[in-house]
Amino acid sequence: MTESTANTEQAAVTAQPSGFSGADIPAYDDYAHCVHCGLCLNQCPTYKLWGLEADSPRGRIRQIVLVDQGRLPLGDSFVKHIDQCLDCRACETACPSGVQYGKLVEAARAQIERNYRRPFFSRLTRDFVFRRLLPYPRRIAVLARSLYFYQRSGLQAVARASGILGLLGLADREQLLPPIDQKFFFSNLGRTYSAIGQRRARVALFAGCIAQVSFSQLHEATIRVLTANGCEVVVPAGQTCCGALAAHAGARDAARGVARTNLDVFLKGDFDAIITNAAGCGSTLKEYEHLFSAGTAEHAKAAAFQKKMRDATEFLADLGMTAPLAELPLRVTYQDSCHLLHGQKIREAPRKLLRAIPGVELVEMNMADYCCGSAGSYNVTETETSLALLAEKMKHARATGAPVIVTANPGCLLQMRAGTRIHSTGQEVVHVVELLDRALSQKA
Amino acid sequence: MQIKPQLVRDLIALLGPKAVLSEPEDLMLYEYDGSVELGSPECVVFPSSAREVSEIVRLANRYEVPLLGRGAGTGLSGGAIARDGGIVVAFSRMNRILEIDAANLRAVVQPGVVNLDLSRAVDHLGLYFAPDPSSQKACTIGGNVSENSGGPHTLAYGVTTNHVTGLELVLPDGEIVRTGGKNLETSGYDLNGLFVGSEGTLALVTEITVRLTRKAEAVKTLLAVYDTIDDTTESVFEITVRAITPAACEMLDGFTLRAVEDYVHAGFPKDCAAVLLIEVEGLSEAVEAQAAAITEVCKLHRAREVRVARDDRERALLWKGRKEAFGALGRISPMYYVQDGVIPRTRLPETLRRIAEIAAKYDLQIGNIFHAGDGNLHPLILFDERDRAQFERVVAAGGEIMRHCVDVGGALTGEHGIGMEKNELMSLIFSPDDLALMARVRASFNPAGRLNPGKVLPLGKGCGEIRIPHIPASAATPA
Repeated sequence: MTESTANTEQAAVTAQPSGFSGADIPAYDDYAHCVHCGLCLNQCPTYKLWGLEADSPRGRIRQIVLVDQGRLPLGDSFVKHIDQCLDCRACETACPSGVQYGKLVEAARAQIERNYRRPFFSRLTRDFVFRRLLPYPRRIAVLARSLYFYQRSGLQAVARASGILGLLGLADREQLLPPIDQKFFFSNLGRTYSAIGQRRARVALFAGCIAQVSFSQLHEATIRVLTANGCEVVVPAGQTCCGALAAHAGARDAARGVARTNLDVFLKGDFDAIITNAAGCGSTLKEYEHLFSAGTAEHAKAAAFQKKMRDATEFLADLGMTAPLAELPLRVTYQDSCHLLHGQKIREAPRKLLRAIPGVELVEMNMADYCCGSAGSYNVTETETSLALLAEKMKHARATGAPVIVTANPGCLLQMRAGTRIHSTGQEVVHVVELLDRALSQKA
Repeated sequence: MQIKPQLVRDLIALLGPKAVLSEPEDLMLYEYDGSVELGSPECVVFPSSAREVSEIVRLANRYEVPLLGRGAGTGLSGGAIARDGGIVVAFSRMNRILEIDAANLRAVVQPGVVNLDLSRAVDHLGLYFAPDPSSQKACTIGGNVSENSGGPHTLAYGVTTNHVTGLELVLPDGEIVRTGGKNLETSGYDLNGLFVGSEGTLALVTEITVRLTRKAEAVKTLLAVYDTIDDTTESVFEITVRAITPAACEMLDGFTLRAVEDYVHAGFPKDCAAVLLIEVEGLSEAVEAQAAAITEVCKLHRAREVRVARDDRERALLWKGRKEAFGALGRISPMYYVQDGVIPRTRLPETLRRIAEIAAKYDLQIGNIFHAGDGNLHPLILFDERDRAQFERVVAAGGEIMRHCVDVGGALTGEHGIGMEKNELMSLIFSPDDLALMARVRASFNPAGRLNPGKVLPLGKGCGEIRIPHIPASAATPA
């Protein structure tokens, strides 16, 4: 390029209007921290997979800058690469400049939601899931019951055997569906569980949306472990979905709606902490501030709420386990949940809890800090990529020789359980809290 | 320069559609690297073998377009920037470790293998790849070879060229050749030495045989904290004079340290003028003795405190702070312009004073992080790319620092390369005859100048001046 074309380009830069508009714009002050050093590249699962700058954190930030400068249209190419981001935020851990990548990509997705017309079916699905399903527990229950029927009536077996799923192009996705519980957790909302022994803390349990129909047992285990360690556990009624899936997808209006409900519900009670066993939810719950403009009453409420938000592993490791644990002679490996490690910067707490169980031997997995491909709804929207990442993950998990894979988020559990089936690794996949519960119950 | 659609079609026929980018929205993402330089390619290709690279080179020759290699694009002198357009040959998909020969301390890798990934892959064997540029968690070994990269441990272990024993190369005419092998010494000319550090102007590297190094029996990392810059540099001076050779000796000034500490929380004191991060390694007894000697020197020069890293975790944290210090400055400034001058270690104290004067003269903030042990400076001049006038002062200040390095008997680059950033300054240290010799070497491999044009050698436009880059890569619409 010659000096003169560069100058022309400079002129063009200043002349073009930004491709962003309205609320939730990726802010200059956020993206200007990126000095394009490239230290994030090798930490990015999609860059590692394809080797394309466009699918690296640095490249995605650059595309956001280019759209803001009006040099790149907010069109198909931009949407494709922003969609392909897992939002795992491993780049944030790698970034020395402190770029809040998650905030940028979520704002970019809000802009896409606002300024880009997706295909009809995609719009319909997104609207249904984020605005008409996840915020409404009753609707989730109804849908879950039909899914339960599908999974348990033999219909699933027939569908899988008949090959019809393959014909519909759903075979890959179908195997990632959450198995539905027989008894949903909804009936526990509004209950209080007393602390066993001396009360050390009073906490609220955040129960989520899909987790209530698919992870009731994890919730029950969480309550048992907390009460056994001296916590009074309240499961506030009226709580709803955290809004993480919506926020990650750019449906910030939907995320704000559920956030308001949760803020009201949880700030009403006087709790020492609000606990979640889902790292993905926790990461969004701890960032409710991002959804509201600074200076507003809601922003202040979000700030007060965030201060109390704790991941179950974080809370238990800080509180200290007092309940006696039985010996579990097990070799386990821990897969970092991205939204715990990268989103909440929690690395040691789950490992500390695992080591606290007598007999448990923790073997570190190679690349445990890389995403398993679950990434919220990514395994449904970008199934092929998700499965490629899962294959890598299973290779490393198998290499540890550990019969048990432990993680800290329901999404990761589902994904890796599917992984152990697809790749026939014969491993069991459990949540940290479930393993603690097992050691607890064997002692009792 | 405008490449023909037929060339793109030929490249697609050769490599497949997923290995060729030619749309503007994709090309824009290859116009930058880790430096402030900018230049857009007209096509980016992702070969998977030396044979494909050779065919790409032959096509470029047939269509008479320039081409250049790119690793991870973390370079700091514009080495991977397509200055004259043309084809970027991206090696990100040639990233396999082909062989680990632990018994003979060798590994054979493709150029796109990430530096740290190689060390991780041989860690269980008690080995590592010694060159450790600060970008090692992202930069590629192919890029290290092209730039002859160094790092903090260069002091004890040398730069990349000391760790490369063999290369497979595609020459600018498309021929595939090999130099060296697994042996340290080869018969005939030392061609490895010629190609390593040639900044991609003589050949494209498609395979590298590297030396692996055994981890030392004992390692000790010391942090010496000072209240004045002069005491810090005097300590380095005296360590040198007493012939103590640490494995690494790094200096970070207080200004930089404050940004770094906010990122790593390694316990760097935020109220000091500077620290030295010194590492000694070897046999346990020798390490103890060296650490004691270094502590004595630092205390003699009024170090407020000399701290020893208690365990591997603390040691790793201190090094993370050092290695990611450039990026950490992104927390306090939108952009920086990093220098890479080398000076004799004995001239450190006066040079640091000179840099402070230059900062004051141009009203700029300059952070100093550098390989003190081998006199390789990295002054980082902070700026906001929206302020054009400020950026011109930045370039002028950079030039003045460079000239000072040359005046005290130093060099323009220690490890970042000359690239398109400092090529016009080459005449400050080389005579016309010296430069003509280099030009003859380049011409004998790359006669048409099609491989990575506009790099290393001066174009003769602004003699002895740093070129003012067109527009810094992250420049945004003025707010």
